[in-house]
Amino acid sequence: MFLKIRIKMLSNFSRIVFLLPFFLIVFSLPAYAALDPEIVKQLNAETNEEKVASIKNIALLGTPEAAALLQAMADDALSFSGDTIIRMEGDRAINVATGQEIKPLPENIETLVTNNSTRRALNASLSLLKLFSPDREERIKAAKALEASADALSMPILDQVLIKESDPEIKQIITLTRASIELKNPDPAKRLAAVKSLGESNHPDVKIKLTELTDPANEPDAGVQSAAKESLASLENRLLVGESISRVFTGLSLGSVLLLAALGLAITYGVMGIINMAHGELLMVGAYATYVMQGIFRTHFPEYIDWYVLAAIPVAFFSAGLVGILLERTVIRWLYGRPLETLLTTWGLSLILIQSARVAFGPQNLEVANPIWLSGSIEAMSNVVLPLNRIIIIGFAFFVLALMWVLLNRTRLGLFVRAVTQNRAMAGCVGVPTARIDTVAFGLGSAIAGLGGVALSQIANVGPDMGQGYIVDAFMTVVLGGVGQLAGAVWAAMGLGIVTKLIEGVAGAVIAKIVVLAIIIAIIQKRPQGLFAIKGRFVD
Amino acid sequence: MKTNRTPFVIRFFAATGCKGWLAIGFFSLLTFVLVPAAHLMLPADHALHVSDYAITLIGKVMCYAIVAVAMDLIWGFAGILSLGHGLFFALGGYAFGMYLMRSIGLDGVYKSHLTDFMVFLDWKEYPWYWTGTEHFLYAVFLVLVIPASLAFVFGYFAFRSRIKGVYFAIISQALTFAFMLLFFRNATGFGGNNGFTDFKRILGYSITAPEMRVTLFALSAFMLMFTLILGRYLMQSKFGRILTAIRDAEMRVMFLGYNPLWYKLFIWTVSAMLCAIAGALYVPQVGIINPSEMSTANSIEIAIWTAVGGRGTLVGPVIGAFLVNLSKSWFTVAFPEYWLFFLGLLFVVVTLLLPQGMVGLWQKLRHRSMR
Repeated sequence: MFLKIRIKMLSNFSRIVFLLPFFLIVFSLPAYAALDPEIVKQLNAETNEEKVASIKNIALLGTPEAAALLQAMADDALSFSGDTIIRMEGDRAINVATGQEIKPLPENIETLVTNNSTRRALNASLSLLKLFSPDREERIKAAKALEASADALSMPILDQVLIKESDPEIKQIITLTRASIELKNPDPAKRLAAVKSLGESNHPDVKIKLTELTDPANEPDAGVQSAAKESLASLENRLLVGESISRVFTGLSLGSVLLLAALGLAITYGVMGIINMAHGELLMVGAYATYVMQGIFRTHFPEYIDWYVLAAIPVAFFSAGLVGILLERTVIRWLYGRPLETLLTTWGLSLILIQSARVAFGPQNLEVANPIWLSGSIEAMSNVVLPLNRIIIIGFAFFVLALMWVLLNRTRLGLFVRAVTQNRAMAGCVGVPTARIDTVAFGLGSAIAGLGGVALSQIANVGPDMGQGYIVDAFMTVVLGGVGQLAGAVWAAMGLGIVTKLIEGVAGAVIAKIVVLAIIIAIIQKRPQGLFAIKGRFVD
Repeated sequence: MKTNRTPFVIRFFAATGCKGWLAIGFFSLLTFVLVPAAHLMLPADHALHVSDYAITLIGKVMCYAIVAVAMDLIWGFAGILSLGHGLFFALGGYAFGMYLMRSIGLDGVYKSHLTDFMVFLDWKEYPWYWTGTEHFLYAVFLVLVIPASLAFVFGYFAFRSRIKGVYFAIISQALTFAFMLLFFRNATGFGGNNGFTDFKRILGYSITAPEMRVTLFALSAFMLMFTLILGRYLMQSKFGRILTAIRDAEMRVMFLGYNPLWYKLFIWTVSAMLCAIAGALYVPQVGIINPSEMSTANSIEIAIWTAVGGRGTLVGPVIGAFLVNLSKSWFTVAFPEYWLFFLGLLFVVVTLLLPQGMVGLWQKLRHRSMR
C-alpha cells in the first residue's frame, strides 16, 4: 500500500528529476516522513499571506514529500475537504499530510485553487528544492537563479545545502548568496563578514548591492562601509578582466569572420591581382550550398541532420570553386593586367549572381539552423560567455588558413601558382601551363570563399545580398595586410576584429566601424603597400 | 605664362569649337524654350505635350549626366577611378536638402519649426551645423564648399602618398561606406535612413508647381552644358595635356619636373564639386535624399555610365548616362526581374568588348565606312 503510493507518486511526477536526491538526503529518515498537518492545512488558509507562508514552511522541510506536495499543488492536483488537504487518485482520496487513504470517501471535495501570488511562491520554492538535484548542471542553475532572488526565508535551505553539497563551485555560489542575504542583517559584524566574502563574487548584481553599502545613507557602520569599498574595488577589477576577455574574444571571432571572407581574396586579389568584386557572391554560393545540403539532409537523412554542416563543407568548396572556374574561363581571363577593368566586370558578375540567387531561391533571407554541436555556449567566467559556434568558427578559420598554406607552399600546384604570379613569362618558359594555372588558382580562391560561406551561414543571415556586406571589409583586410602573402591577412583580420570590438565597447558599433575605416585609410596613406608588404625594390 | 595673353573668358569659350557651339545652341533651344513650352502651354492631351513624368525623368538623368562627365574628368582624363562620387553627389544633395527641409516651415506633420525627424527624436533645437541653412544662398555655398573641401583634404593625403589605381578606388569606396554608415545613424542629425523628404517649396515657390519643375529642368540642362564647356576648356588647355600625360606615364611627368599632386588634386576637387551641384539639382526634382545614395553600388554605377558612353571623351558620358538610366527606367517597369541581369551584362560586355564605349564604337564604324 505504502509502496503503491510511492510508485504512484513517482509515475505522477516522473518528469521531476529532483525527486531522486531526496531519497539520498533523507536516507536515514523513515521511508515516509509525515508532514505536519497544521502546516499542510494552511495551504488552504483564508488569506494569501498565510498560504504563501505555508508553502515556504513546507519547502523548508526539504523532504521529497514536501517537494511532491508542492509540485502537486503547482499542477493543480490538490483538493480539500474541510480542513484536510487531499489528493485524488482515481476514486480514492489520499490525505497528503499522512499519506494514508481516507476511508470512507469524504464528502464535498473541492479543488484547491491557486492564484498568482501562491503560484509565485510555489515556483520559487520548487526552484529552491532543485538545489538538491543529482544533476550538477541543474544544481548550478538553481543556485544561480537563487543568486538574484534569494531572501532571508531561504536561509535554512541554504545552510542545509552548504552541509550536503560537495561541489566547490556550487558551494561558492551559495556562500555568496548567503552573504548577500546577510547584508540586511541588523548585526554589523555579520554584515562586515558578508561584505568581505562578497568581494570574491563575480556577479554583476553584487556590484549594485555593494555600491549601495558604500553610501552612509544605506549603511550606518563605518567599518562595513570601508570594507564594502574594498570589496567593490576587487570585484570591479575582476569584472573588468572578464569584460576585457570577452571583448577580445568577440574581436577574435569577428577577426575570424573577416579572415574567412578575406582568405579567398588573398589569392584572387593578393596573388593574382584581380579585384574580384564578386567575391562576396562566392561566399553567398557557399552559404546557399549549406542551405541546400540542410534541405537534402532534412528530407533524406533526418537522423544525421546534425552533421549536415560537415557534409556542406566539401559541397560548398566545389560549387563555389566551379562557379569561380566558370567566371575565370568565360570573362576574367581576358582581363589580366587591367585591374580597374576587372573591378567593373566582376561587379557586373556579382549583380548577375545576386539576381540569379534571387530568382532561384527568392529574395528573402533563408533559415539555416545551427546543429546541436554548434549551439550553446561555454561559460568561462560568470560574466564571460563564449558561444560555441563562434569558438568553432575561429578554429575553422585557422583550419582553412592551414589548408591554404599547405596548398600554396607544399604542393606542386602551389609552386606553380607562386611561380606564375612572380614571373609569368619565365614560368611559361620552363613549361608551366600558365593559363591553366590561372584558372585553377582563381577556382581555388573561389572555393576558399565557399568555405567561408559555410561558416557565415552559421552566424549570419543567408540571403541574396549577404555577400555585399562583406566585400568592403574583405578588401580592407587584404589591402591592410599587404598583398601577396597570407600572414599579413591574418594579422590584419585579427587586428581589425579586436580593434573594432574594443572601440565598439566605448563608442558603439557604427562609430567603431567608421573609426576603423578612417584608421585603415590613414594607414594606407602611410603604407600604400599594406602593413606587411613583402619588401622589395620595384617601380611601376 | 607670357605666351598666352588672350583673356581668360575668350580662351574659355574658344575652347569649344564651332560644331560644339552649334550643338549647345540647339540643346539650349530645346531645353530652355521648346520643352518648357511644350510642358506649360500645350494641353495634356496634345500629341506634343511633355508630361510631368518625362520632365522629371529627363531632368534627373541630366543630373546623372553631369556626374558622369565629372567622373570622366577624373577617370577618363586623369586615370583615377573613384568609387566615391556617389558620396559627393549625396553630400551636395544633403546640403541643399537642409535648406529644403528648413523651408518646409511649420507645414510639417508635427507643425513645429524643427524638422519632423527632429521632433520625432525629441530634439529641442537645431544642431550647430544646421545653423543658417534656412538661407538659400548659404545652402548653395554649402553645396559648393563642403563636398569640395572633403574631396580636397582626402585627395591631398591620398595623392601625396601617391595612392593610385586600385588602391585609390578601394579607399575612396571605404570613405563612401564610412559616410553611409554615419548618415544611417539617427544621431548624426540628417534623418537617419529615411533621409530628407516631403519638401514643400524653394524660395517661397511651391516645389510641385509646373513652373518650378521646368525651372529645375532648365537649370540642370544649363549645368550640364556648363560642365561640358568647362571640361572642354580644361582638357584643351595645357593643364589637360599634363593631366593626360600623368594618366599615361606619371613617372615620366615627374621626371620632367611636374608635381602631379596639384594637377590631380585640382581635377579631383573640381570633379567632386560638379557632383555636388548635380546632387543639389537632383534632390528637389526627385523629392528625396537618403543614405542609400552613398551605397557602393551607386558609385560603381556612375563608372559604368561613363564607360558605356566612352571614357576620355566629353560627350560619351552624357550618352552613357542617358542610355543606362533610360533603359533602367524602362526595364524596372517592364521587366523588373531582369534589370540586374541586364546591368550586370552591361558591365561585362562594355569592359570586355567596348573599352572605348559607344563613342569608340561610332568612330570605328565611321572609319570602316569611310574606307
